[in-house]
Amino acid sequence: MIKRLVDYLGNADNAGKLKKLLYISLAVIAVADIFAPREHAAFFWDSIPAWSAVFGIVSIVLTVVAAKILGFVLRRREDYYD
Amino acid sequence: MIEWFHPSILFIFGAFLIPFLSGKARQIYLVLIPALAFIDVVFMSQGTYWTFTFMGNEIIFGKADSLSLLFAYVFTIAAFIGLVYALHLDDAPQHMAAFFYIGSSIGVVFAGDYLTLFIFWEIMAFASAYLVFARKEKAAVDAGFRYILMHVTGGVFLLGGIVLHYIATGSILFGPIEKDGSLAFYLIFIGFILNAAAPPLNAWLTDAYPEATVTGAVFMSAFTTKTAVYVLARAFPGTELLIGLGVFMAIFGMAYAIMENDCRRVIAYSIISQVGYLLTGIGIGTELGLNGTAAHAFTDIIFKGLLFMATGAVIHMTGKRKLTELGGLYKTMPVTFALYMAGALSVSAFPFFSGFVSKSMIIAAAQHDHMAIVTLLLTLVSAGTFLYTGLRLPYYMFFAKESQIKAEEPPRNMLAAMGIAAFLCIAIGVFPGALYAILPNPVHFEPYTFDHITGALSMLLAAAAGFFMLRRLLAPEQTISIDTDWFYRIGARIFMWIANKPIAAYEGFVSDLSNTAVMKPLYAVARISLNIDKYVVDGIVNGVASLVLAISARVRRVQTGLVQHYAMAIAVGIFVIIAIYAIM
Repeated sequence: MIKRLVDYLGNADNAGKLKKLLYISLAVIAVADIFAPREHAAFFWDSIPAWSAVFGIVSIVLTVVAAKILGFVLRRREDYYD
Repeated sequence: MIEWFHPSILFIFGAFLIPFLSGKARQIYLVLIPALAFIDVVFMSQGTYWTFTFMGNEIIFGKADSLSLLFAYVFTIAAFIGLVYALHLDDAPQHMAAFFYIGSSIGVVFAGDYLTLFIFWEIMAFASAYLVFARKEKAAVDAGFRYILMHVTGGVFLLGGIVLHYIATGSILFGPIEKDGSLAFYLIFIGFILNAAAPPLNAWLTDAYPEATVTGAVFMSAFTTKTAVYVLARAFPGTELLIGLGVFMAIFGMAYAIMENDCRRVIAYSIISQVGYLLTGIGIGTELGLNGTAAHAFTDIIFKGLLFMATGAVIHMTGKRKLTELGGLYKTMPVTFALYMAGALSVSAFPFFSGFVSKSMIIAAAQHDHMAIVTLLLTLVSAGTFLYTGLRLPYYMFFAKESQIKAEEPPRNMLAAMGIAAFLCIAIGVFPGALYAILPNPVHFEPYTFDHITGALSMLLAAAAGFFMLRRLLAPEQTISIDTDWFYRIGARIFMWIANKPIAAYEGFVSDLSNTAVMKPLYAVARISLNIDKYVVDGIVNGVASLVLAISARVRRVQTGLVQHYAMAIAVGIFVIIAIYAIM
């Protein structure tokens, strides 16, 4: 069962379908998150609709950009220490 | 009936039996010992045991309370899993090193005084270094030496702090340290955070762990940093410095992990990032913060072990360790991939996986104390953690391209070990109650609220969407990233250059100078003084001697022994005296 599932994930023909599945489930959960009952909002951003999804995507973009910039400073050829 | 039995005894003394066993007997023995140790801990009662007096001080081997028991539980579980993973290995010294390492880590956890703690602390350093040396390749041996040097240095700081602490307080009992900003406070603190791999004292970890043997790295991921977290939680709860340091560590580990090409080094940076969360919880120091640290240490040991086991299995089967060389393994190693993902989803705090019930406690502790920036940054790192362990690494290792690498699933014992760890990750994630029951403080925390699940899931799925949009920017490259080990690797080279070039040149100049300008005149002076000695001094001495001989040869004749000669001499003498009187 695991093998079939993993084969399905790896098959390039299914990439489009999987991507669609990802976006649909993201949309569904983000909408559910908007309507989720919140007993207390610890910070102001907790009451922004779909805050977590927005924060997730912003975090990734920030992280990738920061890593790229850091890479220019810190990355070296593999034989740097040899 | 023995009232209390120290589980370290099983490992440290049990290690000496390993070389005498072989085949099946040894394999049974290797899993029996951690199983017995686990049972020992399960039935252990809290209290203070095995106290001795040594040079007027109380030595405590067995201080068992809820915090030490929690670490003892997870250490014995990690030992069991790690040894199952290493069962195929026919290498008695490596198994012995692992036993010493496990035993000494548990020794630290039950140590009630600094002396006991320090001794076990040092055994840990040397036993774990063997697991790096055991890979035998030059890169591993070099990294092993750097590892041991860093830990010995850390040990010196710790010992210095302990001595000053003893002088100041007259006690070697291990407990919360007065936050007085004294030198003792900082020396002990530095000794502890070095083992927690806090930057800038982090590089020993990411340098050495990926060079260790496939099985050794699994043990290393579990014990050294987590014993450091344990001692910090005991001695420094509520130390605000740890909050800033912890958040910085969480970001630091993530930033390096994203750039890394060596698969086990990605996981090694992930350790630094997760230990950052643990230190933040200690720094917050509230009941919730310390509970969060204890819970997350427990789950982290298991899922981090799983990640090291799965990446290690790939290295074991393919002989390759770089993401640029791997890829497409989903066809040949699907089970390994699935087990890896159980660990990756746990570390990413995916709902119904173990990290979700522990990491969120630390973030909730920050939230509870209205630390807005800490909360935001730790949440950001959660998304980033999913990016590099849950998406980038598995994507480039198992998918990305149709690979020609010949591989198959790892040996049964490796799969079994990973299976146990994956089972625990999911079991703790679904039923957190059992873990919450053994935390040091009472738990009033419910991870599974509707908004918490939807919030976490939407953030992680958004991160996944972000990854698939930006993944070209994240493609692994054949590079290494310079870290703080630069200072002692290049620093040592600069030192050697100074020693070889300017100092050696100066040394040459000085010896030339002394050969020509100093030594030659000195030789001449020496020659002259030799001659003076030979001819003048010796001449005088010899001359005086022969003169004395000559005189005495004549004077000897005066003594004739004949009375008439003496009478004659007396008469002449008297005559001379009278003559002198007469003349004067």
